[in-house]
Amino acid sequence: MNIVFHKRVGFGLVAVTVAVAVALGAVAWAAFTPVTFASREENFEIPKGTWARRMAGNKVEILPTRVFLTLGIRDVLLLKNLDDVPQIFGPTLMMPGQTFRLPFEVASSYQFACTAHASGQMTVVVDEQPDTPWRRLVWRTRRIFRVVA
Amino acid sequence: MLLSMTAQATDADALKAGVFNPPREAPDFSVRGSDGAVLTLSQYRGKVVVLGFGYTSCPNVCPVTLAVLAQAHRKLGALGAQVQVIYLTVDPERDSVERLKQYLAAFDPTFMGGTGTAAQMAAVRASYGVTAEKVGTGSDYAVAHSSYMYLITREGKLRALMPFGHKPDDYVHDISMLLN
Repeated sequence: MNIVFHKRVGFGLVAVTVAVAVALGAVAWAAFTPVTFASREENFEIPKGTWARRMAGNKVEILPTRVFLTLGIRDVLLLKNLDDVPQIFGPTLMMPGQTFRLPFEVASSYQFACTAHASGQMTVVVDEQPDTPWRRLVWRTRRIFRVVA
Repeated sequence: MLLSMTAQATDADALKAGVFNPPREAPDFSVRGSDGAVLTLSQYRGKVVVLGFGYTSCPNVCPVTLAVLAQAHRKLGALGAQVQVIYLTVDPERDSVERLKQYLAAFDPTFMGGTGTAAQMAAVRASYGVTAEKVGTGSDYAVAHSSYMYLITREGKLRALMPFGHKPDDYVHDISMLLN
């Protein structure tokens, strides 16, 4: 009985130790591995026929209502209007076939009017550059929650 | 052609402002200038035009933007002569020619204001996608409006859009690039 108990306790301790080690490893990785992207541009396209579908009464959501960018690594919004009609983005018109490339240099939350959205609004959230272990940890944790949400 | 495309890509990569590609023709307009004469965009062909929309009673965004532009204009030195700042009112009801002239001169005497009838100014705003909405009632109303500045090339192309909050050096940087 005692041998079985000790074996169970021993196994439990090993399991907890391994779990703690894995968790610490994950935290260390999240804190110390630099955040990188292949490109600094976050690309979005307004597909052909978007306006027509909306006019026909269809609820069309082709762009996220919130876009998340990060200074220094992914801080450029690139929009391409492939639709047949001009689309309003922010304070201006994007002509059919036109691309609008908007770099950000200040971390903040930016509101844009956008006719490609059913709500007519788009928010671009620009986060600080994750250039310290703590910021990288916060950035990665926040990203997990944003994906889940 | 290839050279032009490369130049355009480099340009797009380097400007601090939001960049349109390909740039479209900036919509022309004909309103009353703050000098009392007819003001058109096309009369400034050959210069880089920095075009903005605002109003003289604006409590925060317009004065900040105009102060930044005035500083940028000074920093440009001799190149400043090849740049024209145009500020079109979103409040033609209150912004007379005289008021615009006096207001803009406080920032930089070379800045040109533009006003007209409500319908005229609304048409200009629509052609650029600019929004302006009256907030409040009585004579003390405000106007919520787009706060971006349009950068228009010497050839009259709407090349870029500078969001509110940029520093004078960013304007100097982008205007210098467009001049070159």
